[in-house]
Amino acid sequence: MSLHIVVCAGIVPDPLQTLEPVTGLKGPALKNEMMLPAVLDPWSASALYEAADLVSKNPASKIWLVSLGPKAKLQQVMMTIAQKLSFELVAIDSPTTGFADAHATAAALAEAIATIPGLDRSKLLLFGGWESASRGAGVTLQIVGERLCISDQFMGVDQIEMREDGSFEVLERVEGGKHQASVCTGTPAVLGWATGNLPEPRNNPQIGMANMRTVMPALQKAKPVELGESGLLYLSASLPSQQRQTRVVKDMAPEAIAQELVEWMGAE
Amino acid sequence: MSPLGNTGEKNSPEIDRPSMEADIVCVGFGPATGGFLTTLNRAWTENPADPAFESRVAPGLPIQVLCYERADDIAAGVSGVVTAARGIRASFPELNPAEIPMAAPVKSERILYLLDPIGASRRPWSLRIGDRILSSLGATLGVRDHAYDLPWAPGFLHKTGGLVMSIGQFNQWVGTKLMASGLIQIWPAMPVSHPLFAENANRTGDQVVGIRLTDQGVDKHGKPEQGFVAGMDVRATLTILGDGPFGPVGSSIDKRMGMPPGHEKREWALGMKFVIELPAETTLEAGTVWHTFGYPEPEIFGFLYVHPDRLASVGIFVPSWLDDPARTVYRYLQHFIQHPALWRYLKNGTLRSWGAKSLDESGQHGEPFLAGDGYARIGEGSASTNMLAGSGVDEAWTTGVQLAEAVIELLRNRRSFTQENLAATYEKRRRASWVEHNARNAINARNGFHLGFVPGLIGMAMAGITGGRLSLAAGIPPAYKQIKKNRVQSLKDLKRRETAMLAVEDGRPLHEAMMSARGWPEIDFDGKLLISQQDALLMGGKVQAMPGFADHVIFRDAGLCIHCDDKTCIAMCSGQALTLGSEGAPVFEREKCVHCGGCLWNCTRADAEGLTNIEFHAGAGGLHSVEN
Repeated sequence: MSLHIVVCAGIVPDPLQTLEPVTGLKGPALKNEMMLPAVLDPWSASALYEAADLVSKNPASKIWLVSLGPKAKLQQVMMTIAQKLSFELVAIDSPTTGFADAHATAAALAEAIATIPGLDRSKLLLFGGWESASRGAGVTLQIVGERLCISDQFMGVDQIEMREDGSFEVLERVEGGKHQASVCTGTPAVLGWATGNLPEPRNNPQIGMANMRTVMPALQKAKPVELGESGLLYLSASLPSQQRQTRVVKDMAPEAIAQELVEWMGAE
Repeated sequence: MSPLGNTGEKNSPEIDRPSMEADIVCVGFGPATGGFLTTLNRAWTENPADPAFESRVAPGLPIQVLCYERADDIAAGVSGVVTAARGIRASFPELNPAEIPMAAPVKSERILYLLDPIGASRRPWSLRIGDRILSSLGATLGVRDHAYDLPWAPGFLHKTGGLVMSIGQFNQWVGTKLMASGLIQIWPAMPVSHPLFAENANRTGDQVVGIRLTDQGVDKHGKPEQGFVAGMDVRATLTILGDGPFGPVGSSIDKRMGMPPGHEKREWALGMKFVIELPAETTLEAGTVWHTFGYPEPEIFGFLYVHPDRLASVGIFVPSWLDDPARTVYRYLQHFIQHPALWRYLKNGTLRSWGAKSLDESGQHGEPFLAGDGYARIGEGSASTNMLAGSGVDEAWTTGVQLAEAVIELLRNRRSFTQENLAATYEKRRRASWVEHNARNAINARNGFHLGFVPGLIGMAMAGITGGRLSLAAGIPPAYKQIKKNRVQSLKDLKRRETAMLAVEDGRPLHEAMMSARGWPEIDFDGKLLISQQDALLMGGKVQAMPGFADHVIFRDAGLCIHCDDKTCIAMCSGQALTLGSEGAPVFEREKCVHCGGCLWNCTRADAEGLTNIEFHAGAGGLHSVEN
């Protein structure tokens, strides 16, 4: 079976860094964002690894990685990703900081995908992250699918099982830690991945070298896109609450510590 | 598959390995490799059609240049500096510091002698007398906050016209420019295991023919597991070693080929620093540079550099010649920042990041062979750091530039990368340059510290002022012999020892307990700037270790460790990645290691050949901080 898998994968500031929202001239942003190293959005990365696994099982298939972001940052991230699996990069150069309007982002992505040479839409699986570690609204992938007129969409996907007749079964996350199993008659389809089940592939220098033959030209001809004014207004921006909340309290009685822990667990 | 199996490692398992060819392969991406690649890339960009730059392994294509960096990002896990930037500015004449995040021109420099406001530091009597005189004449001499601001500093210490920088950000800036050209490929998260050698019958030495990358998908002992990927052999006509002072490739070459007669790496220091967001009301301006000495121990030099946006790098250097085995650098750093002269500005600040690295302070006494058949060394691993000026980044960058100029000359003349040709081009340039001139001035500048702190200062001043013509003579023992046991010489010492042992029984590390017993106050954690060492591992990018790589810190003989009384490796470990195991030997946790290399020169157990009991191999992961 030959699949054409397009993975929409944004880049985000490394979530392990110290991130601090600030209000800039164009609205909310992160302090010193260009200074922070970028990584492939972890949700999209899961989608990419799943795509590589599908390609390994369906050898006539191919992956296009469509990524929108500042060109210099894209370049740096590609030096890590390109060692892991084979893909063809479609780069879109945009100064976006992650607070961009999902509709404008989706329009740019859909336009780029629609013009990929050799892409057969009848074989298309459009992959991406179900959520985003950036400040996305979690709707971009669906809108890209709509713009490309793909009506079969699955979100929170953890598994795909291709069948010989071209149909496939998808496991989507639902409430209660369970999965909903759906069978789709065939491509094209949109799959927004949750975490999937695959580990990060090992670095392979040969794959890296092979990818660079297309990655660098793709970056050099990356189309600049201004996402423009969409009328979107952010009233405020804040980071998710930290898991680790350090408090220094001295000479606290063990019973009081235990009581506080019980109350904390009850509140969670 | 590679027909070459000669890695210089006798115990390498026989595995069919993939291999590929390049023209030039670089090990490590730091300032030295940055200087090399920038110069090479610029020459190619100016004339891509120059036939000299046609690849020999891929005819018709430009020269194939690969660089492998151990850290997970080219911006991760390095250091903040003040540099004279002489070589860097020569490469970028139009350099605008504002283009490089966290960079600022040097605006002011101070040298502070710090008195001991606590009374716990190990000061010799001569220094105590001097301290009393300074304290009693404080008002007249301008002593403020227990610090004496030296009214004059010799020129060799100045960084006038220089830059305060984060090396992580500088590397990122340089690397981005390089990769944009398309000629250079810099691959992060890819440690290099060791060099590949080919026997060469025509020469006395061995030719380096490339490198082997580390195996992936292995357990902590290097045994293949699920997802095993054999480290690839990358064969190249020239291998550039920019892997720092204890890099596995440089170390392998030293082990196989030896050092030049009389040369040995004997002097080290561990540099550790905090990146602190200064309080909103701070009066410290970007470009402010302070150098300090005298506290927390006389032998410990310190610094404060102010970056733009209210960020400051504040740190200390603990040298190998601090003979005390209780060398807990993190604890010392916490005392340092609380010295009244610094605390005045740092109080109410926030810790954003933290980092540590070993510095080779041997100077030209520890210079290895700079070039051999098929390889050349640049940067700190080639002993470019100048310990008189306290400067390394600019020197490292410049050695990279010199090598690139030599390589371009050899390519244009169609000459091969033999030891003779590299000596006649690279080494010749380096010997004729300011890097060499200054290194010669500095060669014996620090000898005096092996006689004591005060003789050390006198020796440094003599060497600096006379351009190296005068210095103090002193024998420099190997680093592992510079550590002296804590001797119990008096009842006071015995009581301290007993107090410390009680604390150890209570679960505290011995070195920590010894410091407390000596009078260093407990750290009053505030959860913001003063935090535990374990919490520091989680700051600013955190310490990371990808699964699937082998442990890179190896104890060659566990029996030796069990019978070691000192276990200075544990005291010195920057990330508390070494702890005392239940069997009495240190236990290594790769997930906490920041790759500072401190354990390597803090092992006191050596064999007959002088090799200590710790090996430091190629390893992935480490700090992810980009503000360091």
